[in-house]
Amino acid sequence: MSDDKKITFPVEATHILMFARSIGDYSPEHVDAEAAKKTEAGGIVAPLTFPQSVAQFDPDYYLRLQPGKPWFGSGRNPSGIEGKPSSSGGLHAEQHFEYMRPLRPGDVLTVTVHDGDTWEKESKRAGKLMFSERITEYRDQNGELVVRARSVGVKTERPVAQG
Amino acid sequence: MAVKKSDIKVGDTREMELVDDLKRTQLVMYSGASGDYNPLHTDDVYTREAAGYPGVFAHGMLTMGMTGRIVTDMFGVTNVKKYGVRFTNQVWPGDSLKAKATVADIREENGETVADVTIETTNQKGQTVITGNATARLEG
Repeated sequence: MSDDKKITFPVEATHILMFARSIGDYSPEHVDAEAAKKTEAGGIVAPLTFPQSVAQFDPDYYLRLQPGKPWFGSGRNPSGIEGKPSSSGGLHAEQHFEYMRPLRPGDVLTVTVHDGDTWEKESKRAGKLMFSERITEYRDQNGELVVRARSVGVKTERPVAQG
Repeated sequence: MAVKKSDIKVGDTREMELVDDLKRTQLVMYSGASGDYNPLHTDDVYTREAAGYPGVFAHGMLTMGMTGRIVTDMFGVTNVKKYGVRFTNQVWPGDSLKAKATVADIREENGETVADVTIETTNQKGQTVITGNATARLEG
């Protein structure tokens, strides 16, 4: 995502259901509207890491196949882009969330993304490591900050050696 | 199911099995739900031949999502104030993961009693794949 991007993220029960299943969390708070009413949550709420699925609503998210644009995954060749990628691509190093309240179906979030710090480190397993931080803020329909996320990505000089 | 202050103490631990023999299909499910379609997680040809890894591996966020269950099962999802992790090793199809949470502190924060827990998720070889921490509100 680029600097200071603004994304609209409608929170929906079906999306929460699919997300919860994908992480193996079948708690009634996420997957069963009737049973969820009897829980402390009082209804469906999103799992802790659900805010990350804002990627679905970023119109030009680079990790989603886009019509007419080259894709770096395999088709006729192992990589759809010319030559071998110069690095193994970015990996996720850290992720942190701060919750002011849980997300619920019906919330319409305005999400802003901006870049944070960058730094470098040497590693035996992957060569030079280039870290970059990204801050994502989720505000609800009343303009209240509901979730703040900090993500640290790392680009490695070569694929991480398997230990 | 908020936890009562009187029912918890520093040093308490809890363990949870998160997944046994992780399937590639679960990686596909996570890609579809989250929107993270990075081929490193679903496209074995790309991952082996173009990116140079032995094969597809799990999204860090899938492991973080699975690990989050130990936090929400302990405290209730609506009571969690913070949850953060560091990804320390990759997770591969076929891996079996187990999470452990340890109560590190019980303290006051903005007029509420909260518990801090440290979290560690390990694979079947005993390697740590995630370290993390969470803070949750306690009752009374």
